[in-house]
Amino acid sequence: MEVQLIKIEKRNDVSRSIYFLTPVLAIFLTLFGGGIIFFILGFNPIEALKFFFITPISDLYGLSELLIKATPLCLIAIGLSFCFKSNNWNIGAEGQLIFGGVVGGGVALLFYNHDGFYVLPIIILSGAIGGMLFAMIPAILKTYFNTNEILVSLMLVYVAKLLLDYLVVGPWSNPEGFNFPETRQFSESARMPILFDGLRIHAGIFITLIAVFLSWLILYKTYLGFQIKVSGFSLKTAKYAGFKGKTMIIIVFMISGACAGLAGVGEITGPIGQLHRNISPEYGFTAIIVAFLGRLNPVGIIFASLIVALTYLGAETAQIFLQVPKYTGQVFQGMILFFLLGSDYLLFFKIKFLGFKKNEL
Amino acid sequence: MSFDLNFIGILIGAIMASSVPLILAASGELITERSGVLNLGVEGMMIIGAISGFALMVVTDNLFFAVIGSMFSGLIISLIFGLLTQSLLTNHVATGLALTIFGIGMSAMIGKNFVGIPGKEFPLLFLSLKESIPFLGPIFFGHSIILYFAFGLPFLTNYFLKKTKTGLIIRAVGDSPTSASNQGINVTLVRYSCILYGGAMCGLAGAYLSLIYTPQWIENMTGGRGWIALALVVFATWSPIKVLIGALIFGGITILQLHMQAVGLRIPVQLLSALPYIMTIIVLVVISRDSRKIKLNTPTSLGQIFYKEK
Repeated sequence: MEVQLIKIEKRNDVSRSIYFLTPVLAIFLTLFGGGIIFFILGFNPIEALKFFFITPISDLYGLSELLIKATPLCLIAIGLSFCFKSNNWNIGAEGQLIFGGVVGGGVALLFYNHDGFYVLPIIILSGAIGGMLFAMIPAILKTYFNTNEILVSLMLVYVAKLLLDYLVVGPWSNPEGFNFPETRQFSESARMPILFDGLRIHAGIFITLIAVFLSWLILYKTYLGFQIKVSGFSLKTAKYAGFKGKTMIIIVFMISGACAGLAGVGEITGPIGQLHRNISPEYGFTAIIVAFLGRLNPVGIIFASLIVALTYLGAETAQIFLQVPKYTGQVFQGMILFFLLGSDYLLFFKIKFLGFKKNEL
Repeated sequence: MSFDLNFIGILIGAIMASSVPLILAASGELITERSGVLNLGVEGMMIIGAISGFALMVVTDNLFFAVIGSMFSGLIISLIFGLLTQSLLTNHVATGLALTIFGIGMSAMIGKNFVGIPGKEFPLLFLSLKESIPFLGPIFFGHSIILYFAFGLPFLTNYFLKKTKTGLIIRAVGDSPTSASNQGINVTLVRYSCILYGGAMCGLAGAYLSLIYTPQWIENMTGGRGWIALALVVFATWSPIKVLIGALIFGGITILQLHMQAVGLRIPVQLLSALPYIMTIIVLVVISRDSRKIKLNTPTSLGQIFYKEK
């Protein structure tokens, strides 16, 4: 007797509700997987997950910290969504963030002890331009030399990190800093305004919100957005339609580089206030997960950035209360992406439960 | 004069040693890519191999278990990639990235208790010959068994791909999965095997770092070598012998910049450290410029999802 319990069928069309529900499923599976890992490490899984996901945001300060972490993540992911939608794999946002931070930080040091309302906007703008130029390297190499953008953008991350290291140890290090690898603290005029007394949340969040709105406008209401979408579905169709592929590739890289650069400048003029070796806890890489979790959709990315930001905070809390390394956050981030990609299977296939029925021959 | 010659021999020996993890990882990834699968998780699989090799060495005090265990753990973590891309048909690029992020996080989590523990001395072969023969001694002798294996591997891989039936099947699956499938070849099974083999080789590459090259555990100790290995496969236009040559060039750059740092040239250390990455970009540009040559050698179905209607 042959028994078939389940049957897998291909779906004819992708249901929209499942498209946005699978990320939720992925989050639940991640919590479950995380619970198992905590159990293996010898913790009470429920307690540990509580420390990880609830304790950090149970007060106003925690919520403000959550927004501080979500601000750069969301901004970078918004930029990346342009690249990923058009099948351009920019995975070097971390490098673009650092380079934007370096350029913005350089300008901030130039304006040291300089007052004026124009100082901060100039710094922000130069950071965006820095990130944009850095992202154009893989874009130009891809379009004119056929070079793989994944590898180039990634190699540039290491180059940017070493450049930052050189600057903060060498020429830009604080003259009164006892040789610590950091620059001077920026002047007040070069800092993002704090929104509420006693909390660290800063005006950078508005840059992110503006970027979200603009990206929605560009992606859904302009010709460029249409081109990006078509190229994502099929490069051949885009070619037949006569789209200028090369220009589009460079533009999407410029947008995503500018967003990453803005995120970098937001960090150094916001919570950090100077340049040092670690201006980003790998936001550029984590934002890749945010972009996917948010389904490359501006609103989706907002929610995704809040959830992924929580893994950063959770890892910090868990480090204090459970003595697990802060890298636990990365394990959770990796798991979210695994489960998300895996659950996409449900988009394209239906799983039918047949029960214990005899197969008819 | 003989002293100088001997020094050059030692230098070449050092270059060979530093190219070993690149050869191992790139040779493994080459087989995976030849079957049409693009696994960007090399860095993650290497770092998992590095920590599991080191942890097993500390726990069991047995280097053999450590090496085998590192390959096994590389294989296990690549199984996640296989399950996702082959059975659940996920995007190769995104899954590989997830694997790297997950691997780095996981290795740091496991490695927390192993930071600062000194490594064990790994047995080196033919040490007496290394001392007694000038110039050639340090080049050919006094290495670990893994180095000899790594230098044989590209030739074995070349023979395997070109002269054996299994090699032919792998290439067929990579170039045209549909036709291969119509010939009765189980494409998914072939790809699974190639992914697992790549994972095991990356695990071994990681173990070479943590057991032999710098015998200790440091967080993030692969330091981008996995990505350079991926670039090497493109650089070699998917040919195993060229992987060997490319790995030696990159090993050479690494050793050269270390020596330049040691000599104390007035060049910033960071610029020298950035050299391998900048060189990778330059080499990629030079190789990829001729798009016809790349297209001719790239496995046609690389990175594409294969689904067979049942």
